[in-house]
Parts: sequence; structure tokens; C-alpha cells
Amino acid sequence: MNQAAGTHVKPWLQTMRGKKAINFYLFIAPWLIGFLVFTLFPIIAAFVLGFMNYDIVLPPTWVGFANFEELFNDPLFYTSMWNTLYIVIFAVPLGMIAAFLMAMLLNQKVRGMPLYRTLYYIPSIVPAVASAALWLYVLQPQWGLLNGFLEIFGIDGPGWMASEVWSKPSIIMLMVWGCGGTMIIYLAGLQDIAKEYYEAAEIDGAGWFRKFTHITLPLMTPTIFFNLVMGIIGTFQIFSVVFVLTDGMGGPVNSTLVYLIYLYRNAFNYFRMGYSSAMAWVLFVIILILTLVAFRSARFWVFYESQNVED
Amino acid sequence: MEKTSSLPDVASTPGVYSKPLSKRVFNTLKAILSHLILAVGSVFFVVPLIFMLSTSLKATRQIAMFPPELIPNPVIWLNYPDVFIYAPFQRYLLNTIFIIVPTVFGATVVSALAAYAFARMRAPGKNFIFMVLLATMMLPGVVTMIPTYILFAKLGWIGSFKPLIVPALFGNAFFIFLMRQFFTTIPKELEDAALIDGCSRWTIFWTIILPLAKPIMATVTIFAFMNGWNEYFGPLIYLAEKSQYTLALGLQVFVGQHSTEWGLMMAASTMMVAPVIILFFFTQKQFVQGITLTGLKG
Repeated sequence: MNQAAGTHVKPWLQTMRGKKAINFYLFIAPWLIGFLVFTLFPIIAAFVLGFMNYDIVLPPTWVGFANFEELFNDPLFYTSMWNTLYIVIFAVPLGMIAAFLMAMLLNQKVRGMPLYRTLYYIPSIVPAVASAALWLYVLQPQWGLLNGFLEIFGIDGPGWMASEVWSKPSIIMLMVWGCGGTMIIYLAGLQDIAKEYYEAAEIDGAGWFRKFTHITLPLMTPTIFFNLVMGIIGTFQIFSVVFVLTDGMGGPVNSTLVYLIYLYRNAFNYFRMGYSSAMAWVLFVIILILTLVAFRSARFWVFYESQNVED
Repeated sequence: MEKTSSLPDVASTPGVYSKPLSKRVFNTLKAILSHLILAVGSVFFVVPLIFMLSTSLKATRQIAMFPPELIPNPVIWLNYPDVFIYAPFQRYLLNTIFIIVPTVFGATVVSALAAYAFARMRAPGKNFIFMVLLATMMLPGVVTMIPTYILFAKLGWIGSFKPLIVPALFGNAFFIFLMRQFFTTIPKELEDAALIDGCSRWTIFWTIILPLAKPIMATVTIFAFMNGWNEYFGPLIYLAEKSQYTLALGLQVFVGQHSTEWGLMMAASTMMVAPVIILFFFTQKQFVQGITLTGLKG
């Protein structure tokens, strides 16, 4: 660094600390290169592309805000945004509540618990394509499993994926079915709660309800928060299941045209790379704002047992 | 719970710690109730899968029967060989494995290198880079999708396996985070001795750290395998020829074309789901460990 110090001072990179730093960067180099090429560059490129028209074959042309103007006047943009919001608003809380209740159930000391845990978890590892195929069968309007079940109670079941009204609830149901991943995270959180808290509360004469509201719930807020954020980010990008269920159409009558299917259509059917990049950025900003709101709100309801974070 | 210790124990068996009868009755009732709720709940999760299997063993006229038979009578195995007549699933399986193997390599070894560096080494900018890594875990994939596609299009890689393999060779932020959490739990003393002996970080990584990291490597391998097996979007946009299709993509096409032939569809689905469930059964421990390690303790 300091030239005037003469030859006695080694260049920083040859010092012990410098060598250690080189080592560190060598070790992370593969990931770092991958990050620059496959994450950072695409993020920037997507932003620039949003202001261009580009079909991959012809050279891109600068169009300013035209893509965004068109987007905000595109009825299908609003349809797809509404469909996605609908699914997020119902599927995220329902999935979180269902997963939490399941985790509470599965956290008891009951014989055969490993079997129950496995049964509840399995749907979440079923590949999206297979679960879509499976639910097509369950939701079949005439003789499907669900309507057959409803008929026992004298209920004439709806057309599910064939109905404009019931298609979104069908997808929400399918997502709740696969909430085992969220459940496992809750279960891990529940098992992390020290037994001493409950024992102390029992000595103080607390019933199960007070134990739940005063111990379980506060100590689970970090886990709930994590699942909320991941749920929002993931559900806004729902694609595969809906795409397979509707054969790529988002039907009936666009009732399940979720944002990513519409984006996919613009990018890979119409090759409107600029327009779809603009769409990607709009979705990104929405997710970012919601995530930031969630993080902001965290200080009011997320409780951390201790402030000392490792490392 | 009020302790009723003054009451005499009614049904005490020798050698067994006995509780008051009321409490034991209460506990038994509670256990029965738990089992009841758990069993009813599991119906919702398991019945669709059971009927997937059952339907795959039925002939067409048995399928639209109402109410549906749980155990097909007679059991028809023909759907399984028939699937291979309509679609080359053995080819799809080979393609999937061809993609998964290098992906798993990238996921484990390359991620482990970076994870070790984040866990143990010091360098200016490390914390910032680690924050960036955490941020990429939350980054919606939709933002990078289009430019990445264009990049591969320009490289002439569309219609090949390269876009599905090459990015994975650079490691994965989630796996790096997972492994870093594990590496921080390895006692430093193990390395200190080797460092004093003049071993390089590179040697320590291969001879000390990796052998100790087997459990986490197993977890990451399973996760990477599952991801590859289930991955749908990548193959959908990058693969062109039917002969290149992966299982997920092949199954989707099959479902689209044979949407009325439920027996075939369910047989194909069963063949795709079964390996995943079997793998899960044998590796539950690694699964749960992986999930608890990410468990928000970082």
C-alpha cells in the first residue's frame, strides 16, 4: 500500500492475512463466478430488457417505458395478477395454519408417530407434475374421488377444475395438500422449545391454552415469520402445477391464468423478451415490497429468544 | 393438573410406576382422541395417493365406476407395460439421470468448498458476500429467467442438456448455506493441529472436513436428487426434442395426450412418485436433519 515505506513492507497480498484472503476467494470462486454469470448479470439484463423490444433473432430496440405502459393497459396482466393474488391470499395463510396444526398434532408423544409424520409429509415430495395428474383424477367432476365423497353427504359437488368459480379453490386445496414441507419446519421449531418452559408453566398452574399462547406461539414466531416470507415468495411464482393441470392454458376462461403462465406465454410463445422482462420486474418489485413490509412488521410480532446471533 | 396424591392407587401393578386412575383414564382418552384426529387427517393426505396406485391397476371400465373400488377386482397390471408403448419412459429416465448426476456433483463438492470458506476463513468482504448469498436464496427466480434463457440461446444451447447442467456446476446458495451451518459445528481444534503442521486449507478440506461432512453431504445429495427428479420448468423451456425429455416433462406430455386414459396416466404417475417415496423412507433422518439445520438458527 505505502510505497514510501520501502522494501520492508510486503505487499498486502503477501502478508498472512492477504494469503488467507486469497484462499477464501479461491474457495468461493466457482460459486462467485456462477453468481456473477447466472444471477447478477441476468438481474441487470432483465432490468435493461424491460425497456427494450427483443425477440432474440432481431437486434433489440430501445422503447423506453412502452412495455410498462402496455403492461398497465393489458387486461390479461390484471387478470393474471388477480388470479395470483387470490391464490396467495388464501393458499399462504391456509397452508400455514394447516401446517401449524399438523405440526402440533405430530409433536405429541403417541405410539406410531413416525408413521403419521411420514404420511403427512409424503404429499409434499410428490413431483408437481405427478400431483397435478393425480388431482385431475381426484377432481374429475362426474366420478372423481372428491365429488364421490361429497355425494355421501348429499352434496352435489362442483366441476372443480372445469368450473370458472371453483378452479382457483381447487388449486388452493392442492397446495394445502402439499404443505408438508412447511409442517416439517414448524415441527423442527416445536421440538426446539425447551421442555423447562412448559414444566415451569405447569408448576404455575397454566392450562394447555395458556401454555400455547404464552410459550408455544411466541417462541414459534420466528418460524412462522420464515414460513410466511417463503410462502409469499413461492406462491407468487406458482407455475408448474397450474400449467400441467390446465395443459398450459390457465383455463377455464383464464380463471387460473396465473402471473407466471402469462409471463411464460409472452416469453416463450410470442418471444416478447422485453415485455416479459418488464413483467418479471413488476412481479419482483411486488414481492420485494411485500417482503420488506413483512420484515418491517417483524419487530412488532416476531419474538427472538436471545439476541446473540451466532457468528 | 391437580395432583391427587392422597388417593390410593387403585390398579397398581407391581414394578410399574402407577398414576391415579383418573389421570390414567384421561391419558388413555387423550391418546385415543389423538389417534382418531391423526388418522382422519392422514386420510386427506394419503387417500389420493392410494387411489393413484389403485387406479393404475384398473381397466378403463373399472375406473369410471361409482363408488370407486379401493382394491381393484380384478387387478390389471397391463397399464404399466402399456405406458412404455405410448411413451419411451426408459429414455426419459436415462435423460433425467444424465442431468442429475453432474448436478449432484456441483451441489455437493462445489457448494462444500464455498461453504467451508464461509464457515472458517477470513477475508475482507466476506460478510458482505455472505449477505449477498443469503439474498440470492430469497431472490424470485422469475427475475433471472429471461436473460438466462437468452444467454443460452446465444450460446446455441437450447435443445441440449447444457442449460440444465452447467449452472448447477457452480454450486447452489441454499446448499452452501446448509453446509456452512454444519461446518461451523465442527470443532476448530481438529483443523488447528493440521494448520500448525503446515497443511494447506486445501488439504484440510479434503482430508479432515469432507470425511466429517458425510451426513450433510448425504442430505444435500438427497435434496439435489429430488430437485432434479421434480424439476419441470427448466426442461420445459430448454428441451426441444421428445427424445431429450426428462421424466417430469414426459409425464406432462403423457397426461396431456392421454387425459382420458386414467389407468395409463396413473400408472405413469405411480412410476414417477414411487422412487421418491422409497428414497424418503430410507433417508428420513438426513431429510429432517437438513431441514432442522436450515432451521433459522443462522
